[in-house]
Amino acid sequence: MSIEAKPEQAETADTRHPAAQRLDAALPGALHRTLEQRGQTVLVVDRERIRDVLASLRDDPALQFGMLADLTAVDYLGMDREPRFNVVYNLLSFANNNRVTVKVEVSEGDEVVPSVTPDWPTANWLEREVFDMMGIRFSGHPDLRRILMPHDWQTNPQRKDVPLGEEPVAFSDNVPPNEPA
Amino acid sequence: MGVIERDSVAVNPRLPIHPSGNPTALATKTGSPGFVLTNLNRLVNWSRSSALWPVTFGLACCAMEMMATSAARYDLGRFGAELFRPSPRQADLIIVAGRLSQKMAPAIRQIYDQMADPKWVIAMGDCASCGGIFNNYAIVQGCDKVIPVDVYVPGCPPRPEQLIDGIMKLQQKIMMEGIYVPAQG
Repeated sequence: MSIEAKPEQAETADTRHPAAQRLDAALPGALHRTLEQRGQTVLVVDRERIRDVLASLRDDPALQFGMLADLTAVDYLGMDREPRFNVVYNLLSFANNNRVTVKVEVSEGDEVVPSVTPDWPTANWLEREVFDMMGIRFSGHPDLRRILMPHDWQTNPQRKDVPLGEEPVAFSDNVPPNEPA
Repeated sequence: MGVIERDSVAVNPRLPIHPSGNPTALATKTGSPGFVLTNLNRLVNWSRSSALWPVTFGLACCAMEMMATSAARYDLGRFGAELFRPSPRQADLIIVAGRLSQKMAPAIRQIYDQMADPKWVIAMGDCASCGGIFNNYAIVQGCDKVIPVDVYVPGCPPRPEQLIDGIMKLQQKIMMEGIYVPAQG
């Protein structure tokens, strides 16, 4: 943790974010890897233990990540990335003025993630939005249904293989329509 | 409940309507109306256009400009329209101010059906007229796909003066209406 470490400890000096260190100590094996991106810390964790991971980050007296700021999902279709989806949890600590991002990897065909709604009430509508827009189901959610689109809508619009749904505009010969990627 | 469509104007069959289907008609007249009834026609049109009571239907950003239009500087009360009714049954004008999403479309249809005749519709802004800049899955491309529109007010958002111009055009349209329907035969 410091550059003045003894030589026999130098190669195991832990320079990770404190959230990563304490999470690894509290729940060994849950943290797959840590990413540092432009000053932000991203923890990629095990899908089945996401509730325990978030609870640990919240209840740890040194971390105190008490607020779930955002819960969203990313579709990496067409970018040669496996797995296809990431579900992203953004946590904020009021006590330490610190933020951390927690990611769960979801592969296509197995789009189920344990719901964190029992612990974080704000996740109720955020998970409904992810379910509506990306089609990822949350097991244990008390009321999983569409929130933005009508209840009988058939597609998951934010997936990258779902077209935008544009209407052709008349007399627009000089302006080419947007092509889907 | 059945809705009768006549020339793209939906008429609720449970309300008393003139047999010709014209929702603003009051009576059938054989021959020309004459002096008294023509001026009664003008009086009815003037009273209808001078006291248009809108229903509060601000959906998005255009609602801000609609509020500004009814506020002090651009005072919609000059035109008798300061009284926005929360209940559609008490209103005769619906100003669709903002984006109409797919989820909202059945609701606006229901509110329009609940309004009593005579009723008029102003599509305020680009999104209510044609979908605006949002040409995608979530936004209905113009509220005239759901309800019939009398006046379109373009703009994103239209300034209060433009909305007032639209309301004045609607008043001119109302002044041109005939409340008498010629008798058949």
